[in-house]
Amino acid sequence: MAQSVRKGVRSEPDERGCFGEFGGRYVSETLVAALDELLEATEKIVPSEAFRAQLDELLSSYAGRPTPLSYAERMTEDGRRADPSRGAKVYLKREDLAHTGAHKINNVLGQALLAKAMGKGRVIAETGAGQHGCATATACALLGLDCVVYMGEEDVRRQALNVFRMELLGAQVVAVKSGSRTLKDAINEAMRDWVTNVRDTYYCIGSVMGPHPYPVLVRNFQRVIGLEAREQVQAVEGRLPDAVVACVGGGSNAMGIFHPFVEDDGVRLVGVEPGGEGVHSGRHGATISAGVPGIFHGKRTLVLSDDDGQIFPAHSISAGLDYPGVGPEHAYLRAIGRADYVVADDGEALDAFQYLSKTEGIIPALESAHAIAYTRKLAREMGRDEIIVVSLSGRGDKDVDEVRQILGGSG
Amino acid sequence: MSRIAERFASLRDQDERALVVFLSAGDPDLETTDALVVAMAEAGADVIEIGIPFSDPTADGPTIQRSSERGLASGASLRRVLEGVRRVRDRIEAPIVLMGYANPFYAMGGRRFASSAAEVGVDGVIVPDLPPEEGASFFEQLQHEGIDDILLAAPTTTRERMKSLAEATRGFLYYVSLTGVTSARSGLAEGIREGVELAREFTELPVCVGFGISTPEHAREVGAYADGVVVGSAIVDRIEAATTPDEAVDSVALYVAEMKAALRS
Repeated sequence: MAQSVRKGVRSEPDERGCFGEFGGRYVSETLVAALDELLEATEKIVPSEAFRAQLDELLSSYAGRPTPLSYAERMTEDGRRADPSRGAKVYLKREDLAHTGAHKINNVLGQALLAKAMGKGRVIAETGAGQHGCATATACALLGLDCVVYMGEEDVRRQALNVFRMELLGAQVVAVKSGSRTLKDAINEAMRDWVTNVRDTYYCIGSVMGPHPYPVLVRNFQRVIGLEAREQVQAVEGRLPDAVVACVGGGSNAMGIFHPFVEDDGVRLVGVEPGGEGVHSGRHGATISAGVPGIFHGKRTLVLSDDDGQIFPAHSISAGLDYPGVGPEHAYLRAIGRADYVVADDGEALDAFQYLSKTEGIIPALESAHAIAYTRKLAREMGRDEIIVVSLSGRGDKDVDEVRQILGGSG
Repeated sequence: MSRIAERFASLRDQDERALVVFLSAGDPDLETTDALVVAMAEAGADVIEIGIPFSDPTADGPTIQRSSERGLASGASLRRVLEGVRRVRDRIEAPIVLMGYANPFYAMGGRRFASSAAEVGVDGVIVPDLPPEEGASFFEQLQHEGIDDILLAAPTTTRERMKSLAEATRGFLYYVSLTGVTSARSGLAEGIREGVELAREFTELPVCVGFGISTPEHAREVGAYADGVVVGSAIVDRIEAATTPDEAVDSVALYVAEMKAALRS
């Protein structure tokens, strides 16, 4: 891929895996050789015709790609109600329709194929709510790989159904009892497994994070979202959108849909972070909006950290956004002003969850509901002739029970 | 000559191997850490490694994870550990090395840390998640203050990389005996001797072996070809098992003396 020089935006990292001051490889010496091996595989195997053909075939015949781009007509009209001269047209990129119900499958099919090509018979992964764990277990079942998923004990308790799903798919789920017993501790434990079994184990990271080359590897497997959306919006509108909106936890669906638009000056990129109970409450996951530069899980990025450099747990109504770091490329896009990052809190996400269900007949994942919440505001501020593409990163079936409990619905 | 270099030179003269000991600061509290550091030095420890507790210790096994959590709970921040070093520095002769994950050092600021550390008498620093490529500027700041940046090498380290690590490390080279996390183990890993000998091709500095070493037998075996051994989890286990701080100090001192005896020829 050519290095962009436009506006000085770097669309690929430097040779050390850095986007500006973010990224890199902050790992123990034992893992350096494994990362070198992975880097070599990403440069030799991933671009090869045989690998591309295999992955494309799985993405279409197994994962159900391309996913549609749906015009959200009633949502668009609703945005024009208050001021008919305003109200951008909203399109939804339907990752909720991909196999396993979210964009996660794009990345795991790529990485599981890569693991197999590298001759690693054992795949490990971390998971928060269980989405990446289920997707990894799915890909491993498909490709005949052993799969071990690390999940915080607290999450195991909260997401018992996903634990059963992973086991049904043949994976072993390990409950992590250290630290805050959530996603970040599951990552710690996966890294400990990897450092121990590094010679025959592949670590399938679930987002655009971790040490180089993971952020780029995962992004490149998720770019399919943006590449398709770009083609689809041009087919129906004859032009590029004015804004692209996506939720950001670790940031893989956002990076996947942003990246093919990074060099298009006219396309505004907006990441929506989880505001939790409010950024000033201290209980949130808005790492870019409220974090500080730090070194965490193998990379330098923005993190939620106290003055002593201790990482503190994130909070969000959506477990998938509950991470106290963010992909280094997002930190970079923010630093150079190429992308904007805003916040939607738990309440706004909950409203958007119900809103999209009633308005468009689509129950979004609570993660994606953050992007919907902000899009509603943004659309009203934009002109009628403008276009927004939103990444609907996943479906909300997994969240129905929790939302029912919060809202106190019947049943 | 740095305090670390002096210590290894005198060990060489006496044909002894170094006992490098590790504990997490603030486990069970900072006052006991002071007492443990002094007791370990008096019992014969040659280098004292003080661990800076971190919220996400990815290179550590369950023993040191729990110890790190207890340290955090008792308020052992990097700043308070530096105050602790100031308190004990004049009470012992053994060099003091801080071992911690990168983020707390970066949060304080490399330059600020280096000057404070030098002022209180820190002799070396080990950062397990900071390979030399990423740590270059921090390590320069340390060297500028006369503090040794001690690098790690592992069984997966290639020959070419071993050369650059062995040439770049200061004080000594820390050879990680196995692929894995810190933990007391019953048997030693294979291939340690080969790893140490490879490192020796590229450096005159001492090579110490850590991870998984817990018994006098391990120490004797590794001491036959390495310049020293690093013991951490086995010490932390004793601190954890003790019911009072005094008991922890006594039990650790006894263990350190026993380990050191195995390293005298």
